[in-house]
Amino acid sequence: MELTKAEEKALRGERGEALASAYRILVSIGEATGAKKLVPIKWAHVSGVNYNTIGDAGMQFLDKFSRDARVVVKTTVNPMGYDRSKPEDLSQNFIDKQASIVRSYERMGVEPSFTCTPYEVFDIPPRGTAVSFAESNAAVFSNSLLGLKTNKESALSALASSVTGLAPLSDLRLDETRNPKVSIKIDFNFESELDFGLLGYFAGKAVKDSSVALAGIGDSLSRMQAKALSAGIGTSGSCGMFSLGDSGNERISFGREEAKSIMDELSTAEDGDIITLGSPQLGLEELNLLAEMTEGKKFKKRCMVFCSRAIHNQAAKIGLTGRIERSGAEFMCDSCTCLTPYVDKDKYDSVVTGSVKAAYYMNSSNKVKVALKDMKTIVKEYTE
Amino acid sequence: MIISGCRKIVGGLGSGKALVSSQPINFLAMVDAKSGVIKDPKHELFNKPLKGAVLIFPNAIGSSVGAYVFYSLKEYGNAPSAIVCSKADITTASGAAIANIPVVDLPEQMSGEPLSSLIKPGLPVSVDADSGRITIGTV
Repeated sequence: MELTKAEEKALRGERGEALASAYRILVSIGEATGAKKLVPIKWAHVSGVNYNTIGDAGMQFLDKFSRDARVVVKTTVNPMGYDRSKPEDLSQNFIDKQASIVRSYERMGVEPSFTCTPYEVFDIPPRGTAVSFAESNAAVFSNSLLGLKTNKESALSALASSVTGLAPLSDLRLDETRNPKVSIKIDFNFESELDFGLLGYFAGKAVKDSSVALAGIGDSLSRMQAKALSAGIGTSGSCGMFSLGDSGNERISFGREEAKSIMDELSTAEDGDIITLGSPQLGLEELNLLAEMTEGKKFKKRCMVFCSRAIHNQAAKIGLTGRIERSGAEFMCDSCTCLTPYVDKDKYDSVVTGSVKAAYYMNSSNKVKVALKDMKTIVKEYTE
Repeated sequence: MIISGCRKIVGGLGSGKALVSSQPINFLAMVDAKSGVIKDPKHELFNKPLKGAVLIFPNAIGSSVGAYVFYSLKEYGNAPSAIVCSKADITTASGAAIANIPVVDLPEQMSGEPLSSLIKPGLPVSVDADSGRITIGTV
Protein backbone atom coordinates (compact mmCIF):
# COMPACT_ATOMS: atom_id res chain seq x y z
CA MET A 1 0.00 0.00 0.00
CA GLU A 2 1.28 3.47 -0.92
CA LEU A 3 1.17 6.16 1.74
CA THR A 4 1.45 9.90 1.16
CA LYS A 5 4.38 11.74 2.75
CA ALA A 6 2.10 13.11 5.47
CA GLU A 7 0.75 9.62 6.22
CA GLU A 8 4.32 8.22 6.37
CA LYS A 9 5.27 10.88 8.88
CA ALA A 10 2.29 10.12 11.08
CA LEU A 11 3.11 6.39 10.88
CA ARG A 12 6.65 7.14 12.06
CA GLY A 13 5.24 8.88 15.12
CA GLU A 14 5.84 12.50 14.20
CA ARG A 15 2.28 13.38 15.24
CA GLY A 16 2.29 11.38 18.46
CA GLU A 17 2.06 7.77 19.56
CA ALA A 18 -1.75 7.49 19.32
CA LEU A 19 -1.83 8.55 15.67
CA ALA A 20 1.16 6.34 14.92
CA SER A 21 -0.73 3.33 16.27
CA ALA A 22 -3.82 4.37 14.27
CA TYR A 23 -1.73 4.38 11.09
CA ARG A 24 -0.15 1.03 12.03
CA ILE A 25 -3.69 -0.37 12.17
CA LEU A 26 -4.63 1.20 8.83
CA VAL A 27 -1.51 -0.20 7.16
CA SER A 28 -2.09 -3.71 8.53
CA ILE A 29 -5.73 -3.82 7.43
CA GLY A 30 -4.76 -2.22 4.12
CA GLU A 31 -2.26 -5.08 3.56
CA ALA A 32 -4.81 -7.68 4.66
CA THR A 33 -7.45 -6.38 2.23
CA GLY A 34 -5.03 -5.65 -0.62
CA ALA A 35 -5.57 -1.88 -0.65
CA LYS A 36 -3.39 0.39 -2.75
CA LYS A 37 -4.15 3.56 -0.80
CA LEU A 38 -6.14 5.22 1.96
CA VAL A 39 -9.22 7.29 1.15
CA PRO A 40 -11.24 9.79 3.23
CA ILE A 41 -14.31 8.57 5.09
CA LYS A 42 -17.23 10.68 6.33
CA TRP A 43 -18.38 8.76 9.38
CA ALA A 44 -16.88 6.23 11.79
CA HIS A 45 -18.95 4.00 14.06
CA VAL A 46 -16.84 2.47 16.79
CA SER A 47 -17.45 -0.70 18.80
CA GLY A 48 -15.70 -1.78 21.98
CA VAL A 49 -17.64 0.37 24.45
CA ASN A 50 -19.09 -2.25 26.80
CA TYR A 51 -16.63 -3.05 29.61
CA ASN A 52 -17.73 -6.69 29.44
CA THR A 53 -16.37 -6.92 25.89
CA ILE A 54 -13.01 -5.10 26.08
CA GLY A 55 -12.12 -5.74 29.72
CA ASP A 56 -9.38 -4.09 31.76
CA ALA A 57 -6.80 -4.18 28.98
CA GLY A 58 -9.14 -2.47 26.55
CA MET A 59 -10.13 0.12 29.14
CA GLN A 60 -6.47 0.95 29.82
CA PHE A 61 -5.70 1.10 26.09
CA LEU A 62 -8.51 3.62 25.52
CA ASP A 63 -7.53 5.69 28.54
CA LYS A 64 -4.03 6.11 27.11
CA PHE A 65 -5.11 6.45 23.47
CA SER A 66 -7.67 9.15 24.30
CA ARG A 67 -5.06 11.31 26.06
CA ASP A 68 -3.73 12.52 22.72
CA ALA A 69 -6.13 11.37 19.98
CA ARG A 70 -9.17 13.32 18.79
CA VAL A 71 -11.78 12.25 16.25
CA VAL A 72 -11.61 14.18 12.99
CA VAL A 73 -14.85 12.89 11.41
CA LYS A 74 -18.33 12.29 12.79
CA THR A 75 -17.91 9.35 15.17
CA THR A 76 -20.72 7.45 16.83
CA VAL A 77 -20.32 4.65 19.37
CA ASN A 78 -21.83 1.25 20.12
CA PRO A 79 -23.90 0.46 23.23
CA MET A 80 -22.17 0.31 26.59
CA GLY A 81 -22.93 -2.41 29.13
CA TYR A 82 -25.89 -0.92 30.96
CA ASP A 83 -28.42 1.90 31.29
CA ARG A 84 -26.96 4.45 33.71
CA SER A 85 -30.44 5.28 35.05
CA LYS A 86 -30.94 1.59 35.98
CA PRO A 87 -27.84 0.41 37.87
CA GLU A 88 -29.87 -2.36 39.59
CA ASP A 89 -27.47 -4.61 41.49
CA LEU A 90 -24.53 -4.30 39.09
CA SER A 91 -21.14 -4.26 40.81
CA GLN A 92 -19.45 -0.95 41.57
CA ASN A 93 -16.37 -2.36 39.82
CA PHE A 94 -18.33 -2.74 36.58
CA ILE A 95 -19.95 0.70 36.90
CA ASP A 96 -16.62 2.46 37.59
CA LYS A 97 -14.81 0.74 34.74
CA GLN A 98 -17.68 1.35 32.33
CA ALA A 99 -17.54 5.04 33.32
CA SER A 100 -13.81 5.16 32.55
CA ILE A 101 -14.42 3.79 29.03
CA VAL A 102 -17.20 6.30 28.39
CA ARG A 103 -14.93 9.14 29.62
CA SER A 104 -12.19 8.04 27.23
CA TYR A 105 -14.52 8.09 24.23
CA GLU A 106 -16.03 11.42 25.25
CA ARG A 107 -12.55 12.91 25.64
CA MET A 108 -11.88 11.95 22.02
CA GLY A 109 -14.97 13.88 20.93
CA VAL A 110 -17.37 11.10 19.86
CA GLU A 111 -21.15 11.49 19.82
CA PRO A 112 -22.33 9.59 22.91
CA SER A 113 -24.91 7.66 20.89
CA PHE A 114 -24.50 4.22 22.55
CA THR A 115 -26.37 2.54 19.75
CA CYS A 116 -25.79 -0.46 17.49
CA THR A 117 -28.32 0.99 15.01
CA PRO A 118 -26.70 4.32 14.05
CA TYR A 119 -28.58 4.03 10.74
CA GLU A 120 -31.84 4.61 12.66
CA VAL A 121 -30.59 7.52 14.73
CA PHE A 122 -28.51 9.76 12.46
CA ASP A 123 -28.99 11.37 9.03
CA ILE A 124 -27.76 9.05 6.30
CA PRO A 125 -25.14 10.42 3.88
CA PRO A 126 -25.70 10.06 0.12
CA ARG A 127 -25.37 6.59 -1.43
CA GLY A 128 -21.78 5.77 -2.34
CA THR A 129 -20.30 7.64 0.65
CA ALA A 130 -17.32 5.86 2.24
CA VAL A 131 -17.74 5.24 5.97
CA SER A 132 -16.09 2.97 8.55
CA PHE A 133 -18.52 0.94 10.65
CA ALA A 134 -17.31 -1.58 13.19
CA GLU A 135 -20.65 -2.83 14.50
CA SER A 136 -21.29 -5.75 12.19
CA ASN A 137 -25.08 -5.43 11.85
CA ALA A 138 -24.63 -1.74 11.02
CA ALA A 139 -21.94 -2.47 8.42
CA VAL A 140 -24.10 -5.10 6.70
CA PHE A 141 -27.27 -2.98 6.88
CA SER A 142 -25.54 0.16 5.60
CA ASN A 143 -23.77 -1.57 2.71
CA SER A 144 -26.82 -3.54 1.67
CA LEU A 145 -29.73 -1.13 2.13
CA LEU A 146 -28.28 2.37 2.30
CA GLY A 147 -25.58 2.11 -0.36
CA LEU A 148 -22.87 3.30 2.04
CA LYS A 149 -19.44 1.79 1.52
CA THR A 150 -17.78 0.20 4.51
CA ASN A 151 -15.72 -2.87 5.13
CA LYS A 152 -16.73 -5.08 8.02
CA GLU A 153 -14.44 -3.09 10.28
CA SER A 154 -13.03 -4.12 13.61
CA ALA A 155 -13.35 -2.05 16.78
CA LEU A 156 -9.74 -0.93 16.34
CA SER A 157 -9.88 -0.27 12.61
CA ALA A 158 -12.95 1.98 12.97
CA LEU A 159 -11.20 3.73 15.87
CA ALA A 160 -8.16 4.29 13.62
CA SER A 161 -10.46 5.73 10.92
CA SER A 162 -12.15 8.02 13.43
CA VAL A 163 -8.90 9.77 14.40
CA THR A 164 -7.37 9.88 10.91
CA GLY A 165 -10.51 10.31 8.77
CA LEU A 166 -9.11 7.62 6.48
CA ALA A 167 -9.68 3.98 5.57
CA PRO A 168 -8.17 1.61 3.00
CA LEU A 169 -9.69 1.65 -0.48
CA SER A 170 -10.38 -2.08 -0.65
CA ASP A 171 -12.91 -4.89 -0.33
CA LEU A 172 -16.48 -3.50 0.01
CA ARG A 173 -15.33 0.02 -0.83
CA LEU A 174 -14.73 -1.29 -4.37
CA ASP A 175 -17.68 -1.94 -6.70
CA GLU A 176 -16.29 -5.23 -8.03
CA THR A 177 -16.35 -6.76 -4.54
CA ARG A 178 -19.87 -5.51 -3.89
CA ASN A 179 -21.18 -7.58 -6.81
CA PRO A 180 -21.79 -11.02 -5.29
CA LYS A 181 -20.46 -14.19 -6.86
CA VAL A 182 -22.36 -16.63 -4.65
CA SER A 183 -26.15 -16.86 -4.36
CA ILE A 184 -28.17 -18.46 -1.61
CA LYS A 185 -31.46 -19.85 -2.87
CA ILE A 186 -34.21 -19.84 -0.24
CA ASP A 187 -36.45 -22.89 -0.62
CA PHE A 188 -39.33 -22.26 1.77
CA ASN A 189 -41.74 -19.53 2.83
CA PHE A 190 -40.53 -17.50 5.77
CA GLU A 191 -42.95 -17.15 8.66
CA SER A 192 -41.34 -14.44 10.75
CA GLU A 193 -38.32 -12.18 11.21
CA LEU A 194 -36.63 -15.05 13.03
CA ASP A 195 -36.29 -16.92 9.73
CA PHE A 196 -34.41 -13.91 8.32
CA GLY A 197 -32.03 -14.06 11.29
CA LEU A 198 -31.45 -17.78 10.71
CA LEU A 199 -30.84 -17.15 7.01
CA GLY A 200 -28.30 -14.46 7.88
CA TYR A 201 -26.46 -16.70 10.31
CA PHE A 202 -26.42 -19.47 7.69
CA ALA A 203 -25.19 -17.10 4.98
CA GLY A 204 -22.38 -15.75 7.14
CA LYS A 205 -21.19 -19.29 7.81
CA ALA A 206 -21.55 -20.58 4.27
CA VAL A 207 -20.09 -17.68 2.31
CA LYS A 208 -16.41 -16.78 2.43
CA ASP A 209 -16.79 -13.77 0.10
CA SER A 210 -17.52 -10.26 1.32
CA SER A 211 -20.92 -10.12 -0.38
CA VAL A 212 -23.74 -12.56 -1.11
CA ALA A 213 -26.93 -12.60 -3.20
CA LEU A 214 -30.14 -13.89 -1.61
CA ALA A 215 -32.71 -15.31 -4.01
CA GLY A 216 -36.26 -16.36 -3.22
CA ILE A 217 -37.30 -13.86 -0.53
CA GLY A 218 -38.67 -11.20 -2.86
CA ASP A 219 -37.14 -7.86 -3.70
CA SER A 220 -37.87 -5.84 -0.58
CA LEU A 221 -37.62 -6.31 3.16
CA SER A 222 -39.33 -4.72 6.14
CA ARG A 223 -37.05 -2.85 8.52
CA MET A 224 -37.39 -5.62 11.09
CA GLN A 225 -36.53 -8.35 8.57
CA ALA A 226 -33.54 -6.39 7.27
CA LYS A 227 -32.19 -5.84 10.78
CA ALA A 228 -32.56 -9.52 11.70
CA LEU A 229 -30.85 -10.56 8.47
CA SER A 230 -27.99 -8.06 8.85
CA ALA A 231 -27.33 -9.07 12.45
CA GLY A 232 -27.34 -12.76 11.54
CA ILE A 233 -24.85 -12.32 8.69
CA GLY A 234 -22.56 -10.16 10.82
CA THR A 235 -22.44 -12.68 13.68
CA SER A 236 -21.30 -15.87 12.02
CA GLY A 237 -18.77 -14.94 9.38
CA SER A 238 -16.83 -12.32 7.52
CA CYS A 239 -19.40 -11.41 4.87
CA GLY A 240 -20.36 -7.72 5.05
CA MET A 241 -23.09 -7.22 2.45
CA PHE A 242 -26.11 -8.87 0.85
CA SER A 243 -28.24 -8.06 -2.17
CA LEU A 244 -31.65 -9.44 -3.08
CA GLY A 245 -31.96 -11.46 -6.27
CA ASP A 246 -30.05 -14.15 -8.07
CA SER A 247 -27.00 -12.38 -9.40
CA GLY A 248 -24.47 -15.00 -8.37
CA ASN A 249 -23.15 -18.03 -10.24
CA GLU A 250 -22.58 -20.52 -7.46
CA ARG A 251 -25.80 -21.46 -5.66
CA ILE A 252 -26.23 -22.73 -2.11
CA SER A 253 -29.61 -23.94 -0.94
CA PHE A 254 -31.26 -22.74 2.29
CA GLY A 255 -34.23 -24.95 3.09
CA ARG A 256 -36.15 -25.98 6.20
CA GLU A 257 -33.43 -28.46 7.08
CA GLU A 258 -30.69 -25.81 7.08
CA ALA A 259 -32.90 -23.46 9.13
CA LYS A 260 -33.55 -26.25 11.63
CA SER A 261 -29.87 -27.03 12.02
CA ILE A 262 -29.15 -23.37 12.91
CA MET A 263 -32.07 -23.47 15.38
CA ASP A 264 -30.60 -26.63 16.92
CA GLU A 265 -27.26 -24.87 17.34
CA LEU A 266 -28.56 -21.61 18.84
CA SER A 267 -31.83 -22.44 20.57
CA THR A 268 -30.57 -24.36 23.58
CA ALA A 269 -33.64 -24.18 25.84
CA GLU A 270 -37.41 -24.59 25.50
CA ASP A 271 -38.19 -21.78 27.87
CA GLY A 272 -36.46 -18.94 29.72
CA ASP A 273 -36.42 -17.14 33.07
CA ILE A 274 -36.63 -13.71 31.39
CA ILE A 275 -37.27 -12.21 27.96
CA THR A 276 -34.87 -9.86 26.16
CA LEU A 277 -35.79 -7.99 23.00
CA GLY A 278 -32.92 -6.45 21.10
CA SER A 279 -29.69 -7.03 19.24
CA PRO A 280 -29.94 -4.99 17.23
CA GLN A 281 -31.61 -2.40 19.50
CA LEU A 282 -35.28 -1.96 18.65
CA GLY A 283 -36.36 0.88 16.38
CA LEU A 284 -39.68 2.68 16.08
CA GLU A 285 -41.12 0.09 13.68
CA GLU A 286 -40.50 -2.74 16.12
CA LEU A 287 -41.67 -0.68 19.13
CA ASN A 288 -44.90 0.14 17.29
CA LEU A 289 -45.46 -3.52 16.56
CA LEU A 290 -44.70 -4.49 20.16
CA ALA A 291 -47.14 -1.85 21.47
CA GLU A 292 -49.88 -3.17 19.18
CA MET A 293 -49.26 -6.80 20.09
CA THR A 294 -49.18 -6.19 23.85
CA GLU A 295 -52.26 -3.92 23.97
CA GLY A 296 -54.25 -4.87 27.08
CA LYS A 297 -51.81 -7.68 27.98
CA LYS A 298 -49.24 -8.22 30.72
CA PHE A 299 -45.92 -10.05 30.50
CA LYS A 300 -45.78 -13.05 32.82
CA LYS A 301 -41.97 -12.85 33.03
CA ARG A 302 -39.54 -9.99 33.24
CA CYS A 303 -39.15 -8.50 29.74
CA MET A 304 -36.27 -6.15 28.89
CA VAL A 305 -36.57 -4.00 25.78
CA PHE A 306 -33.20 -2.70 24.57
CA CYS A 307 -33.15 0.47 22.50
CA SER A 308 -31.04 3.55 22.00
CA ARG A 309 -31.67 6.66 24.12
CA ALA A 310 -32.51 8.62 20.95
CA ILE A 311 -35.16 6.13 19.80
CA HIS A 312 -36.54 5.91 23.34
CA ASN A 313 -36.95 9.71 23.43
CA GLN A 314 -38.71 9.72 20.05
CA ALA A 315 -40.96 6.86 21.18
CA ALA A 316 -41.78 8.67 24.43
CA LYS A 317 -42.94 11.76 22.53
CA ILE A 318 -45.54 9.76 20.63
CA GLY A 319 -46.71 7.82 23.67
CA LEU A 320 -45.19 4.51 22.58
CA THR A 321 -43.03 3.92 25.64
CA GLY A 322 -45.99 4.25 28.00
CA ARG A 323 -48.04 1.78 25.98
CA ILE A 324 -45.21 -0.76 26.10
CA GLU A 325 -44.45 -0.20 29.78
CA ARG A 326 -48.12 -0.86 30.63
CA SER A 327 -47.49 -4.44 29.51
CA GLY A 328 -44.84 -4.69 32.22
CA ALA A 329 -41.92 -4.53 29.80
CA GLU A 330 -38.94 -2.41 30.89
CA PHE A 331 -36.79 -0.20 28.67
CA MET A 332 -33.02 -0.49 28.89
CA CYS A 333 -31.37 2.35 26.98
CA ASP A 334 -27.73 2.82 25.86
CA SER A 335 -27.10 -0.93 26.11
CA CYS A 336 -28.00 -4.15 24.34
CA THR A 337 -28.39 -7.86 24.98
CA CYS A 338 -24.94 -9.11 23.96
CA LEU A 339 -22.66 -9.39 26.99
CA THR A 340 -24.77 -7.06 29.13
CA PRO A 341 -24.29 -7.75 32.84
CA TYR A 342 -28.10 -7.49 33.20
CA VAL A 343 -28.22 -11.03 31.82
CA ASP A 344 -25.93 -12.91 34.16
CA LYS A 345 -25.57 -16.65 34.64
CA ASP A 346 -25.56 -16.12 38.41
CA LYS A 347 -29.06 -14.66 38.16
CA TYR A 348 -30.63 -16.56 35.28
CA ASP A 349 -30.29 -19.99 33.72
CA SER A 350 -32.05 -19.17 30.48
CA VAL A 351 -33.40 -16.36 28.36
CA VAL A 352 -36.09 -16.05 25.70
CA THR A 353 -35.10 -13.84 22.76
CA GLY A 354 -36.03 -13.23 19.14
CA SER A 355 -32.50 -12.34 18.05
CA VAL A 356 -30.14 -14.84 16.48
CA LYS A 357 -27.19 -12.60 17.34
CA ALA A 358 -28.31 -12.31 20.97
CA ALA A 359 -28.74 -16.09 21.08
CA TYR A 360 -25.19 -16.65 19.83
CA TYR A 361 -23.55 -14.33 22.36
CA MET A 362 -25.77 -15.23 25.32
CA ASN A 363 -24.92 -18.90 24.75
CA SER A 364 -21.20 -18.33 24.23
CA SER A 365 -20.38 -15.30 26.37
CA ASN A 366 -23.14 -14.68 28.96
CA LYS A 367 -23.24 -18.47 29.42
CA VAL A 368 -27.00 -18.71 29.70
CA LYS A 369 -29.27 -21.04 27.73
CA VAL A 370 -31.45 -19.47 25.08
CA ALA A 371 -34.96 -20.14 23.81
CA LEU A 372 -35.14 -18.54 20.36
CA LYS A 373 -38.65 -17.46 19.35
CA ASP A 374 -40.05 -14.79 17.07
CA MET A 375 -41.60 -11.68 18.63
CA LYS A 376 -45.19 -12.67 17.88
CA THR A 377 -44.72 -16.05 19.54
CA ILE A 378 -42.99 -14.46 22.52
CA VAL A 379 -45.94 -12.10 23.09
CA LYS A 380 -48.43 -14.93 22.59
CA GLU A 381 -46.72 -17.33 24.99
CA TYR A 382 -45.56 -14.94 27.68
CA THR A 383 -48.40 -12.46 28.13
CA GLU A 384 -51.86 -12.83 29.57
CA MET B 1 10.55 -26.98 5.03
CA ILE B 2 10.47 -23.33 4.09
CA ILE B 3 7.39 -21.60 2.69
CA SER B 4 8.20 -18.27 1.11
CA GLY B 5 6.10 -15.69 -0.67
CA CYS B 6 3.65 -15.15 2.19
CA ARG B 7 2.06 -11.74 2.49
CA LYS B 8 3.30 -9.60 5.35
CA ILE B 9 0.35 -8.20 7.31
CA VAL B 10 2.11 -7.18 10.54
CA GLY B 11 5.92 -7.19 10.52
CA GLY B 12 8.27 -8.93 12.95
CA LEU B 13 9.71 -12.29 13.88
CA GLY B 14 8.11 -14.99 16.00
CA SER B 15 8.52 -18.69 16.64
CA GLY B 16 6.90 -21.46 18.62
CA LYS B 17 5.04 -24.71 18.28
CA ALA B 18 2.37 -24.86 15.60
CA LEU B 19 -1.17 -24.58 16.95
CA VAL B 20 -3.27 -25.48 13.94
CA SER B 21 -6.99 -25.25 13.20
CA SER B 22 -9.02 -25.52 10.03
CA GLN B 23 -11.85 -23.63 11.76
CA PRO B 24 -12.21 -19.83 11.89
CA ILE B 25 -12.18 -18.17 15.32
CA ASN B 26 -14.62 -15.66 16.83
CA PHE B 27 -12.14 -14.07 19.24
CA LEU B 28 -14.71 -12.26 21.38
CA ALA B 29 -16.92 -15.30 21.87
CA MET B 30 -14.34 -18.09 21.87
CA VAL B 31 -11.13 -16.81 23.48
CA ASP B 32 -10.57 -16.16 27.18
CA ALA B 33 -7.72 -13.64 27.26
CA LYS B 34 -7.09 -14.00 31.01
CA SER B 35 -6.47 -17.73 30.87
CA GLY B 36 -5.22 -17.57 27.28
CA VAL B 37 -7.21 -20.55 25.99
CA ILE B 38 -10.00 -21.18 23.49
CA LYS B 39 -13.07 -21.62 25.68
CA ASP B 40 -15.58 -22.86 23.09
CA PRO B 41 -16.06 -26.63 23.58
CA LYS B 42 -17.18 -26.96 19.96
CA HIS B 43 -13.92 -25.53 18.60
CA GLU B 44 -11.15 -27.96 17.67
CA LEU B 45 -8.64 -25.89 19.70
CA PHE B 46 -10.83 -26.13 22.85
CA ASN B 47 -8.75 -25.60 25.99
CA LYS B 48 -5.55 -25.14 23.99
CA PRO B 49 -3.27 -22.36 25.27
CA LEU B 50 -2.29 -19.71 22.72
CA LYS B 51 0.71 -18.45 24.67
CA GLY B 52 3.96 -18.60 22.70
CA ALA B 53 2.44 -20.69 19.92
CA VAL B 54 2.41 -19.96 16.20
CA LEU B 55 -1.35 -19.80 15.68
CA ILE B 56 -2.37 -21.12 12.29
CA PHE B 57 -6.03 -20.70 11.33
CA PRO B 58 -8.09 -19.54 8.33
CA ASN B 59 -9.38 -16.17 9.57
CA ALA B 60 -11.31 -14.46 12.36
CA ILE B 61 -15.10 -14.20 12.21
CA GLY B 62 -17.90 -12.43 14.02
CA SER B 63 -17.61 -9.60 16.49
CA SER B 64 -15.64 -6.50 15.59
CA VAL B 65 -14.58 -6.31 19.25
CA GLY B 66 -12.47 -9.43 18.72
CA ALA B 67 -9.61 -7.07 17.82
CA TYR B 68 -9.32 -6.03 21.48
CA VAL B 69 -8.87 -9.67 22.48
CA PHE B 70 -5.46 -9.74 20.74
CA TYR B 71 -4.43 -6.72 22.80
CA SER B 72 -5.76 -8.31 26.00
CA LEU B 73 -3.89 -11.55 25.26
CA LYS B 74 -0.68 -9.52 24.95
CA GLU B 75 -1.35 -7.60 28.18
CA TYR B 76 -1.99 -10.82 30.10
CA GLY B 77 1.18 -12.40 28.65
CA ASN B 78 -0.87 -14.99 26.76
CA ALA B 79 -0.36 -13.89 23.16
CA PRO B 80 0.74 -16.24 20.41
CA SER B 81 4.27 -15.46 19.17
CA ALA B 82 3.13 -15.25 15.55
CA ILE B 83 0.02 -15.78 13.43
CA VAL B 84 -0.42 -17.41 10.03
CA CYS B 85 -3.84 -17.05 8.35
CA SER B 86 -5.06 -18.40 5.05
CA LYS B 87 -6.68 -15.04 4.47
CA ALA B 88 -5.91 -12.36 7.03
CA ASP B 89 -8.96 -10.35 8.01
CA ILE B 90 -9.46 -6.90 9.49
CA THR B 91 -10.03 -8.12 13.05
CA THR B 92 -6.83 -10.17 13.13
CA ALA B 93 -4.74 -7.56 11.31
CA SER B 94 -5.82 -4.61 13.48
CA GLY B 95 -5.66 -6.53 16.76
CA ALA B 96 -2.23 -7.96 16.00
CA ALA B 97 -0.96 -4.54 14.85
CA ILE B 98 -1.74 -3.08 18.27
CA ALA B 99 -0.47 -6.14 20.13
CA ASN B 100 2.73 -6.33 18.04
CA ILE B 101 2.16 -9.91 16.98
CA PRO B 102 3.74 -10.73 13.59
CA VAL B 103 1.15 -11.87 11.01
CA VAL B 104 1.50 -13.32 7.52
CA ASP B 105 -1.10 -14.90 5.32
CA LEU B 106 -0.93 -17.48 2.60
CA PRO B 107 -3.98 -17.82 0.37
CA GLU B 108 -4.84 -21.41 -0.52
CA GLN B 109 -4.33 -20.81 -4.24
CA MET B 110 -0.67 -20.13 -3.37
CA SER B 111 -0.10 -22.90 -0.86
CA GLY B 112 -1.96 -25.46 -2.98
CA GLU B 113 -3.59 -27.05 0.04
CA PRO B 114 -5.12 -25.80 3.29
CA LEU B 115 -2.60 -24.57 5.86
CA SER B 116 -4.07 -27.03 8.35
CA SER B 117 -2.87 -29.98 6.26
CA LEU B 118 0.39 -28.30 5.22
CA ILE B 119 1.60 -27.57 8.75
CA LYS B 120 1.34 -30.36 11.33
CA PRO B 121 0.35 -29.40 14.89
CA GLY B 122 3.18 -29.29 17.42
CA LEU B 123 6.02 -28.82 14.94
CA PRO B 124 8.38 -25.93 15.62
CA VAL B 125 7.60 -23.04 13.30
CA SER B 126 9.28 -19.67 12.80
CA VAL B 127 7.66 -16.80 11.04
CA ASP B 128 9.65 -13.96 9.49
CA ALA B 129 6.83 -11.64 8.52
CA ASP B 130 9.03 -8.96 6.96
CA SER B 131 10.44 -11.36 4.39
CA GLY B 132 7.17 -13.33 4.12
CA ARG B 133 8.81 -16.63 5.11
CA ILE B 134 7.68 -19.52 7.31
CA THR B 135 10.18 -22.18 8.41
CA ILE B 136 8.67 -25.47 9.57
CA GLY B 137 10.63 -28.01 11.61
CA THR B 138 14.34 -27.70 12.25
CA VAL B 139 16.45 -26.69 9.30
